[in-house]
Amino acid sequence: MAQCAYFPHTDADVQAMLDKVGVKSLDDLYGDVPKEFLKRGAYALPDALSEQEIRDYFHELEQMNASLKVFVGAGAYDHYTPAVIPYITQRSEFLTAYTPYQCEISQGTLRYIFEYQSMLCALTGLDICNASMYDGPTAAAEAMKMAIACTKKKTRVLLSRALLPHVIKVVETYAKFHGVELGYLPAGDGQTSLEALQAEVRKGDVAGAIVPSVNRYGIVEDHAGFADALHAQKALLVEYCDPSTLAVVRTPAEWDADIAVGEAQSLGLPLCYGGPYVGFMTVKKDYMRKMPGRIVGQTVDKEGRRVFVLTLQAREQHIKREKATSNICSNESLMALWVTVYLSLMGPEGLKEVNRISADGAHYLKAQLLATGQFEDVFPDKPFLKEFVLKPKKFPGLLQKKLEEAGFFAALDTEEGYVSFCVTEKRTKEETDQLVKIVKEG
Amino acid sequence: MKYYDKLIFELSKKGRVGYSLPVNRFPAAPELPHELQRAAAPALPEVSEPDVVRHYTNLSQMNFGVDTGFYPLGSCTMKYNPKINEEVAALPGFAGLHPLMHAGLTKGALKVYQEMNKALAAITGMYTFTFDPCAGAHGELTGLMIMRQYHMNRGDLKRTRVIVPDSAHGTNPASAAVCGLEVVEVKSLSNGRVDVEALKPLLDDTVAGMMMTNPNTLGLFETEIKTIAALVHEAGGLMYYDGANMNPLMGVVRPGDMGFDIMHLNLHKTFSTPHGGGGPGSGPVGVARHLEDCIPDLRVSGFHGNFGVILRAYAYILMLGKDHLKKVGQYSVLSANYIKESLKDVYKLPIPDVCKHEFVFDGLVNDGAREGVPGATTLDVAKRLLDYGFHAPTIYFPLLFHQALMIEPTETESKETIDAFIEVMRKIAAEAAEDPMLLHEAPHCTPISRPDETTAARNPILKYQDA
Repeated sequence: MAQCAYFPHTDADVQAMLDKVGVKSLDDLYGDVPKEFLKRGAYALPDALSEQEIRDYFHELEQMNASLKVFVGAGAYDHYTPAVIPYITQRSEFLTAYTPYQCEISQGTLRYIFEYQSMLCALTGLDICNASMYDGPTAAAEAMKMAIACTKKKTRVLLSRALLPHVIKVVETYAKFHGVELGYLPAGDGQTSLEALQAEVRKGDVAGAIVPSVNRYGIVEDHAGFADALHAQKALLVEYCDPSTLAVVRTPAEWDADIAVGEAQSLGLPLCYGGPYVGFMTVKKDYMRKMPGRIVGQTVDKEGRRVFVLTLQAREQHIKREKATSNICSNESLMALWVTVYLSLMGPEGLKEVNRISADGAHYLKAQLLATGQFEDVFPDKPFLKEFVLKPKKFPGLLQKKLEEAGFFAALDTEEGYVSFCVTEKRTKEETDQLVKIVKEG
Repeated sequence: MKYYDKLIFELSKKGRVGYSLPVNRFPAAPELPHELQRAAAPALPEVSEPDVVRHYTNLSQMNFGVDTGFYPLGSCTMKYNPKINEEVAALPGFAGLHPLMHAGLTKGALKVYQEMNKALAAITGMYTFTFDPCAGAHGELTGLMIMRQYHMNRGDLKRTRVIVPDSAHGTNPASAAVCGLEVVEVKSLSNGRVDVEALKPLLDDTVAGMMMTNPNTLGLFETEIKTIAALVHEAGGLMYYDGANMNPLMGVVRPGDMGFDIMHLNLHKTFSTPHGGGGPGSGPVGVARHLEDCIPDLRVSGFHGNFGVILRAYAYILMLGKDHLKKVGQYSVLSANYIKESLKDVYKLPIPDVCKHEFVFDGLVNDGAREGVPGATTLDVAKRLLDYGFHAPTIYFPLLFHQALMIEPTETESKETIDAFIEVMRKIAAEAAEDPMLLHEAPHCTPISRPDETTAARNPILKYQDA
């Protein structure tokens, strides 16, 4: 067996180093390990492959996946990724860098994170953004913990039933182990209920409510009165957002929200079977020191030049250990770079245009699908952008199968018995018409 | 590296665009109701594509990475990131896969998870893994949830304390707190290992389990691990293995065989996936067979974890195969001991034992302190290293020593690189003895000098709009 390409050690190197250490063999370096724990015999692993064999094998695996036109969103959106993004993010100075603790040799990372923070503040309208989080659902779970930490003696956090199902599940998991009681806000008419919120808040134990800006039905929610109801009882309003849509929809700041969180995958990240994605969190200034995760700030060096550093670290686990605001150590730095480059390229106009094409496509598709007579509209009067649900008149399994065979991933089943569709700027009118044609034939 | 001062916002000019979108061929949809629209467009930069490319290329040139040079960074396992891994993860058949597609459409992805699960089980001696956690600390949190779930399933609700050694990574106690567990610290002996006698009185029927990393953060193998595991199990607790320090055990020792019930791995450390300037990582959690039932209720991330990272790690495992696995552990341990032996006359070595993948110095033997001139500190040594083209070691951790310099090479560094690092470390020690001010003022050759961190924290400027 040839030497592995990743190990530079020659036999002579190994011998010279062993001599310096004063042991006879590599095995002797483990002389302090009780014998019974030393693994004898080969590991149950495949034989080493050559690089060419690895490439071939992964091509084979890749071919086993379906390659479909995606007409589904539900928290993961098939927006276009400009060619510049992977070109920049694959630069090894970004890709292979460690966390920027040594700021003198990490100004590249620190600067793009500062830009990322600035851009997310611009999108949400809020004051402070951290350096990014694992994904949208975990950002929501962190917001739940923050709501409890920011309000005295309040023990309960409210979740809208119109949040995406996977967001609710992750928040529930964190709540169970963190000891947070949850309450739920109904959304029977396709929009989180203000009346239910007011009634829950009056009970006096509510620390905050997490509500979707654009919800699981694709509906753009009206949150008039939400902040007033919560703030009257010193509880926090948390908006869960798709930041791509914030180019056009009313911002968390305009709803007077205290915290905004969400999934920033929609800002240029590939679907990649669910990850790596990137969660974001922005907050009002008052809550800065309760925020989880890394934060980059601007300062000067000894020569007075503008430089950037990780700051407010007294909140974090490596300083505070069990008293930290969160256990989070890393961020999704490289994915934050994807987002930053995406937003730089798109600018305010490009992002608006993405929303316009997507919304026009979705409205067109919805109208065409309703015209087939095979669906009922569920929330006919509610405003939406790129995503909507319909109620199928018959069991949709056969239709879904036909769509897959024709090359479409569409009509995703929802918990409520609806089917969900999404159109992004990547979908053409021809593809959309083709999809409708298959539905008609069905 | 050269200093470059711009922020992307400063290149912005109204009317420039960096995008190219298709002509909209759909009929116009109705506008959103006015009260649901944002009042003004977001203040994003307006820049052309060449502006963007040049800006971020310039930014990248102020960064150090594994491809630039050596990171002797303790507990971070900064190994080479193979390029085939990047190619594999970018394949359109993976990158274009929607996470809610059913199993029939994602057979290739599912096969990756299955084979990866088998491989990690073989490497660690655990029974099965969940891949949902997105990072090491996320894995710890998930593992502790499994620990609590196990006790809950048995109706044993009083177990709310978790024992953590004083040398543990900061994420251990922080993850325990997020999981609703009370942290009980157990002291280390002067030889750097967990004090078994101090552990015994802590073990009662309120203990959910114990978190350990082995080798510990001093790079020392916990030689009493068998006794410790037996004591914790006898008290009804579970053993948690922090996989941050798994690299030296690769191919040699398996956590499952040492009595650990739950563990996480850091794919971005041990399994060669790039750190990306602080993420994305991946922190799969493995459990022993008797805990398999405790996983299904948990949902700790949106979909299936960081699939793109898992793909990279699997390519790495296939490249190693069973043939090269053992060399990962052996070579990393050899390099660490070699550095330790080559520098212990000029840096204080508190614990002289054979180490594993990393070891800790407690500052300089001669820090140059004299009348009116303070001696060179660990921070000074770290900053001076930057001048010589090396990343700094992990500093002031673990907390057991005041001037801790924690050094971890990996198996992908050549003897030449390591010798060059040793030479520079010796040179810095000589500089300190001669003129500690030179070190206090370091770095001298990096794009920027030491920043004013106090002002950064006191008057935070956290976005462009504040500046």
